[in-house]
Amino acid sequence: MANRKLVNGNEAIAMGAIDAGCRLYFGYPITPQNQIPEYMAAHLPKVGGVFLQAESEIASINMVMGAAATGVRVMTSSSSPGISLKQEGISYMAGSEIPGVIVNMSRSGPGLGGIDPSQGDYFQATRGGGHGDYRTLVLAPHSVQENYDLTIKAFDLADRYRNPVVVLGDAILGQIKEPVALKPPKPRKEQDREWVLTGCEGRKARLLKSLYLSDGELTKHNWRLYKKYQKMRKEVMFESVRTEDAEVIVVAFGSVARIAKTSLEMAREKGMRVGLIRPITLYPFPTEALQKAAGFTKKFIVIELNTGQMVEDVKLSLCDRAKVEFFGKPPGAIPTPDELFKEIKKALKRMS
Amino acid sequence: MKQVFKRPTSLIDVPFHFCPGCHHGIIHRLVAEAIDRYDLREKTIGVASVGCSVFMYDYFDTDVLEAPHGRAAAVATGVKRARPRNFVFTYQGDGDLAAIGTAEIMHAANRGERITVVFVNNTTYGMTGGQMAPTTMPGQTTTTSPYGRSTEDAGYPIKMSEIMAQLGGVAYAARVSVHDPKHLMKAKKALNRAFECQLNREGLGFVEFLSACPTNWKMSPLKANRHVADVMVPCFPLGVFKDAASTEKD
Repeated sequence: MANRKLVNGNEAIAMGAIDAGCRLYFGYPITPQNQIPEYMAAHLPKVGGVFLQAESEIASINMVMGAAATGVRVMTSSSSPGISLKQEGISYMAGSEIPGVIVNMSRSGPGLGGIDPSQGDYFQATRGGGHGDYRTLVLAPHSVQENYDLTIKAFDLADRYRNPVVVLGDAILGQIKEPVALKPPKPRKEQDREWVLTGCEGRKARLLKSLYLSDGELTKHNWRLYKKYQKMRKEVMFESVRTEDAEVIVVAFGSVARIAKTSLEMAREKGMRVGLIRPITLYPFPTEALQKAAGFTKKFIVIELNTGQMVEDVKLSLCDRAKVEFFGKPPGAIPTPDELFKEIKKALKRMS
Repeated sequence: MKQVFKRPTSLIDVPFHFCPGCHHGIIHRLVAEAIDRYDLREKTIGVASVGCSVFMYDYFDTDVLEAPHGRAAAVATGVKRARPRNFVFTYQGDGDLAAIGTAEIMHAANRGERITVVFVNNTTYGMTGGQMAPTTMPGQTTTTSPYGRSTEDAGYPIKMSEIMAQLGGVAYAARVSVHDPKHLMKAKKALNRAFECQLNREGLGFVEFLSACPTNWKMSPLKANRHVADVMVPCFPLGVFKDAASTEKD
């Protein structure tokens, strides 16, 4: 039996990290994710780990890079403006193929914005965010349980691909309290450790770098990275709710998908055939799932807590195979199930 | 026949890429000698910075990790916290450590990270073509201070060793030069002491090397060497600014 605890979303992430074997945490305080470093500060020393509050987000991601280069599991967390500061380090980690988990419990922007929930960091998370031609895997939980489960998953994926993995939540997912089933962690699989820096005792010296100046060397490196990003496609995850007979499919992720699920039930009660596809990995994006759905419905409504970001991926996935409508709420307000239900109803009318 | 002088084991036997008269080669050698002296080659993880020194991984026969510009001290913090038994050093230039990476070095120093910092001060950005650095001396001409550094507009050369000496976590801070054998021997001694600070878990060890950059200074190697002694040393006084061991004795 799994051990169940009532915790908030941020704590669930920290618990997931420790259960995944994360033993080092470097971070810098920013609302609304402070319970993550606070939990780590209290609990990592008890399991022989290291918590260090860095002088900045920039320093903390670089500490993550240094520690991860030695083969240990390490994490940082922050919220939107802090994640912007970490982007340089994330790009270097991707370039040097160093794993690590970066949690973004996003808030509203641009700029200092506010501390209320938003999905305005979708582009930043899914397009690499930093400089250069790279990708990060992006996991988007929609419940406290998933905060825990997907954080554990993030560590496995980071190791598997030697790549930074982003867990993208928001202020709602950080603050809500729900029971979480703590599953006994599986023993960590031994990954290819031929790259890890431990001092060159009994072996040749190793180097982790992202600078490639010789003729053609960088092109080769980037093609190799590209192939790796293509392989990541098999990690795609999504949830499908009542899509079998759906006349219209709502596409939403994270906390908004959670609200949309209630709206969906309201619509079903009124006899409207509404389904939902919830991308759990934002990169790789569940393109194939949407294409398959376009085989039986031609209407999609994308709902986001921003002015339209994921909708571009939905349109790219579907091309001209279906009608795509968008309903967005810019940061600063959270839609209610009633409001989403009305929007779904209106969109259905327009589309028919 | 007895061999009395040889290449340090920790240095790979390849020619340096550095410009003629540049001191990086000498400083590389001194660092490698210290690694050998304490038998650390198989325990060392070096952190390369951005600038002329980034290619240290082509020369040091140790594990090396490349840090983003200025972030070497933070990267080294992560390495050392994860692997406290490894020997960890950063090798950074003045643009890297004293400009873009000021926050990282100050806080790593203040936390007393058990790392050794090799700081090479040649008063200019070497790799990018000789722009003004925070260490550029008053009146010094660079590509971005074409009329000479004006203290009114651009402030004063920053003196990192003196700043480091003020921070609680620093066990040792010294400024040395390698422009002649006498000073080179002193530099060697300082570096050894900075290594010991890490090995004895005393705190952060910091050694600032005054270094020539003949190419960007537009001087012959010989003239650049003399410039270090005659112009740089009066601006950046040599010496030990802090030594936890002697402080304790006091």
